[in-house]
Amino acid sequence: MQEKPKVSVTRTRSDSAAKEFSFTAESIPAGGLKDIRARAWDAFIKFSMPITTDEAWRRTDLRFLPAADFKIPKDGAFEDLARVPENLLRPLTGEQHGGQITLLPGGSRVELDPALVSKGVVFTDIHTAEREHAELLNRLIGQVVKPEDGKFAALASALAGNGVLLYVPKNVIVETPLHSILWGPGVDLAHFSHLIVYVEDGASVTYVHEAASPNETGHAMHAGIVEIHVGKDASLRFVELQSWGRHVWNFSHERAHVERGGNLDWIFGAVGSRLTKNFSDLDLAGEGAQGRMSGFYFTDGTQHLDHDTQQNHLAPHTTSDLLFKGALKGKSRSVWQGMIYVAPGAQKTDGYQANRNLVLDDQSRADSIPGLEILADDVRCTHGATVGKLEKEPLFYLKSRGIPQADAERLVVEGFFDPIMQRIPFEGVRERFQQAIQDKLSG
Amino acid sequence: MSQLEIKNLHVSIEDKEILKGLSLTINQGEIHAIMGPNGTGKSTLAYTLMGHPNYTVTEGEIIFKDQNVLELEPDERSRAGIFLAFQYPVAIPGVTVANFLRTALNARRRAVNPEDKGMPILEFRKMLKEKMEMLKMDHAFAGRYLNDGFSGGEKKRAEILQMAALKPEMAILDETDSGLDIDALRIVSEGVNALSGPDLGVLVITHYQRLLNYIKPNFVHIMLDGRIVESGGADLALHLEEQGYDWVREKYEETAEA
Repeated sequence: MQEKPKVSVTRTRSDSAAKEFSFTAESIPAGGLKDIRARAWDAFIKFSMPITTDEAWRRTDLRFLPAADFKIPKDGAFEDLARVPENLLRPLTGEQHGGQITLLPGGSRVELDPALVSKGVVFTDIHTAEREHAELLNRLIGQVVKPEDGKFAALASALAGNGVLLYVPKNVIVETPLHSILWGPGVDLAHFSHLIVYVEDGASVTYVHEAASPNETGHAMHAGIVEIHVGKDASLRFVELQSWGRHVWNFSHERAHVERGGNLDWIFGAVGSRLTKNFSDLDLAGEGAQGRMSGFYFTDGTQHLDHDTQQNHLAPHTTSDLLFKGALKGKSRSVWQGMIYVAPGAQKTDGYQANRNLVLDDQSRADSIPGLEILADDVRCTHGATVGKLEKEPLFYLKSRGIPQADAERLVVEGFFDPIMQRIPFEGVRERFQQAIQDKLSG
Repeated sequence: MSQLEIKNLHVSIEDKEILKGLSLTINQGEIHAIMGPNGTGKSTLAYTLMGHPNYTVTEGEIIFKDQNVLELEPDERSRAGIFLAFQYPVAIPGVTVANFLRTALNARRRAVNPEDKGMPILEFRKMLKEKMEMLKMDHAFAGRYLNDGFSGGEKKRAEILQMAALKPEMAILDETDSGLDIDALRIVSEGVNALSGPDLGVLVITHYQRLLNYIKPNFVHIMLDGRIVESGGADLALHLEEQGYDWVREKYEETAEA
């Protein structure tokens, strides 16, 4: 037997992983949340940077994340940065809102209808909550999304200086929608946010949260947590819109816990960021709980959006319905990875998931990975995943009626998104998505 | 007078020649029928007139209202007044009939005046309602996704509805009778007849004579192997109905081989 020459290749860790963050324990904000922040920090330093051999990160590569460069905005930093555009402050879900919070680098503004205050509704930024609702905040924080859920969950948990606490007391129906904006201008900055939404039994509210920033040269990042609790027979309509600038690395861990008979209508719209990795989990924890997740995304240029969804049926007679639809242009890429899990004993559940993609350019790519894990025997679960192209025949047909190429493409793309639009009960949100389609197609 | 003039048209699809020197002139106000066996290039002619990207014109000319049609994109041809009723209309999921038609009408207005704000919605609705009534269509039709899940008859009716709304000067009906039962055939034909007149030229492409019982042609042409081989009046179609296409084949295929 011939002896082969020995060739050994060694690859140092720095080749395959991003640099580490340069935050230290001194970066942890002072205040009433020091216990959970300390716990989160401990978790954070134990997590190494995710790499593409980690299952959840297989399709999203962080090697070029300049982690060491990011700094936390100082108090009042927003005063020297781009201001939040007026159009982001307009209500999207009706004539007016019952409350609005603007979260800025190193600051925030809060407005809330006094009528809601008198009903016991809390809708405020995290600093005010630490001072004025310390007991409530400490009771609710970290219950649905745990710092140990992942590196970015730990990081946001430890360092989030921006955040919202929304608490709706038992049986309170909030008629006017609530609105918050996380505005993250600037470069070399790390924005952290922590949203806590707690809807008590029998209560009801509509809440829209938007994260946005201008396009800038350089890098910035955001790591966020969204924790949602929908109580027994309670109802939440939650819309989250993501229009980060093209320089932003965006990470989020989100989970909704829905109790018996509760109902969550969860809408996602994502058009921004350089790279997004978003974990959104729906836990249907009580009998008869229902959740609907509707996602709209449109990528272009070199954007990379990765949505990881989980529909967990943990109790009998629960219903979930997920539809994510995305269009892709340029060299952009999207990933949707979804899982329906049905726990043992969660009989008579009905789970649905579908992801549809429309690839507009040869160089864009959509990965669509549905999954089912069913441990009960009397359930109905269906899923579907498709990646399609803009076809020649529909375009020719439309053009043969005098519609120019660009308008024909727009019609086909709008038609593709129509099933998502049909699921959105807010004219303002639909208009925003329609505008995004226009901008992306003409951009 | 608008006139469609096809001169010595040669068309290939993926390097296979389908049309081999076809010539035909249609004046406004005239109804022409092209008949012929399957595979002779009837639909190729229809698609080529509309500018389908899969068909390559290798020789010849198409002139409409003194313009060289071959230099125009499909949407420009449509705005110039050419209309094709498709044999197989294409489904556009998520786009309603009303939204689509309004976009098409507004594209016409904007081509004339780029500043045009579009047809007022009330005017549009009134127009659409009238046209749908003419074609005995349910009003709910306007809100359905274009051709998506339509029956064969609904598709053909939707084609004629588009024709009525877009008011072309030259309409090509490609096998509009295929897939229609006798009632639908009558309604569609009545629609076409209501639209025809001195301002409209019509080219009816059909395999069977039965459509011509409803839409009476002034001229009938027989197509064989990429060319028009016989032309005559309405009686030519009746002759075909009785005799079939065999005599045409015998007469022309032998000469072609000789």
